Amino acid sequence: MNDETKIRILQEEIASLKMELKRKEKQLHELRFNKNLKSPCSEDLNTEEIARYSRQMLIPDIGVRGQISLKQSKVLVVGTGGLGCPAALYLAAAGVGEITLIDNDEVDLTNLHRQILHTELDLGIKKVLSAFDTLTSINSNVKIVPVHMHADGTSLQKFLEDNKFTVVIDGTDNVATRYLLNDLCVINDIPLVSGSALQMEGQLTVYNFNKGPCYRCLFPVPPPPETVTSCGDGGVLGVVPGIIGVLEALEAIKIITGISGVLSGRLLIFDGSEATFHNVKLRNKNNNCEVCGIAPIITEPIDYEQFCGAKAHDKVENINILNSDENVDVTDFSHKFKNNQLLLDVRPELEYQMCHLPNSLNIPFSSIQKCKDLNDLETEIMEKCSNEGSCVYVICRRGNDSQRAVCQLKEKFSSLPVKFINIKGGLHAYSKLIDPSFPVY
Amino acid sequence: MSELPITIGFGGGAELLFDNKKNHPVSLPVKDKAWKIGDLIFWIKDNLLKERPDLFIQDDSVRPGILVLVNDTDWELVDTVNYEIQPNDKIVFISTLHGG
Ligand SMILES: [Zn+2]
Repeated sequence: MNDETKIRILQEEIASLKMELKRKEKQLHELRFNKNLKSPCSEDLNTEEIARYSRQMLIPDIGVRGQISLKQSKVLVVGTGGLGCPAALYLAAAGVGEITLIDNDEVDLTNLHRQILHTELDLGIKKVLSAFDTLTSINSNVKIVPVHMHADGTSLQKFLEDNKFTVVIDGTDNVATRYLLNDLCVINDIPLVSGSALQMEGQLTVYNFNKGPCYRCLFPVPPPPETVTSCGDGGVLGVVPGIIGVLEALEAIKIITGISGVLSGRLLIFDGSEATFHNVKLRNKNNNCEVCGIAPIITEPIDYEQFCGAKAHDKVENINILNSDENVDVTDFSHKFKNNQLLLDVRPELEYQMCHLPNSLNIPFSSIQKCKDLNDLETEIMEKCSNEGSCVYVICRRGNDSQRAVCQLKEKFSSLPVKFINIKGGLHAYSKLIDPSFPVY
Repeated sequence: MSELPITIGFGGGAELLFDNKKNHPVSLPVKDKAWKIGDLIFWIKDNLLKERPDLFIQDDSVRPGILVLVNDTDWELVDTVNYEIQPNDKIVFISTLHGG
């Protein structure tokens, strides 16, 4: 029996054991918490709820009234990643009546350092289902609605029409979806709590609340796609989206319970490396805004991928810019490559330090673009590629930058008798097809 | 007139274009007219920017997606490029983040 079959059988066994476990947990829960016990002093909250939420109801700003508002509210969390997980966690614990989760991704090993609703056992399953399990186990009073879908204009618009959400939480990872959520929240008149995080920094604000500005008031023109960095490329420290996601939950609770001081018209900038929070005053709502202004032009969702010039996800799009004789697939490469040949790894230095193939030379693509360290490369080429027709293999993470590098290198070294060959699919393909012990990240 | 001491800050990844340094205390040289942020953007381009001006400047202003803050206030509230820089102002250029 191969490992894949073993994994599948075990997953099925665990799934059926989980069903059994859930049945017994439900029995225990019902014996422990009698949901039918009407409290003698409240119409709206039962005995268990009063005890459970007592610590937050003791805050004058919340009180019984605020707790009832939370129970009657419906929150939409778009994205169950680094921001959506901590946000949903605290909203569920606080007793929000209904939380809808939208995400079309599955749990991946690279998610677990920050997406804290998912566990090792959830790898490969839909994020919304994994989040559903965790949230329900923390507070079974809350109705969790898991929706496995991509947040596109048509489906999301229908969704917002059918449900009257009190607040929407933006936990997405790309510019196109951020504009989409903004426009839909304006059109449907719902406050949008918007957070973002990268590396050691986070940003947080509330759009479309109490005559405050919307995302388009601030950014009528989307950023050039080449200036947008994803967590998969730039990296992110798990606690940073954790902090921002928790603050998103706080803003949502304030909006729901009517606490003043909502972060509207202001931007909170968190710098984890310096442990600073900057609270800056933003511009007013723009009366000429295309979506929230006096005479809006955008009254229904537009094509956001076209508007932003970028896809509505944070995955990398593969390119194919070389002639077929400038490419080699990983299988051919692994047969052909000899130790006396030159293997050039063009990933950033930090990625090279995490993992690399033996006998490879690291010159990042960014250096090649700036013609930096090319003397080192020329020396290596002169040393290793003395024979007529020898080649330099070029590799990167997924096989895109290596193609760009080949394009530049063949021009820069056109005088040398050497051919630059791109390794198709990069180290991802190498790990998948040749050596699974090479880490995929 | 004398030199104009200010602090220029970069954040949200914009610092990558400036040697990865977030804070730059500088003294702007004497000039016969008042220093406006519009002038400062070009001064930054000529004196601080290490690479890729297109990732910072577009059409005589900052590129879309960069928020300019004058003493913790959005520059839209102080007449953007026309704001007259005062001694000891802190002017921050922050790139918006999109990850989650
Ligand atoms: Zn607007």
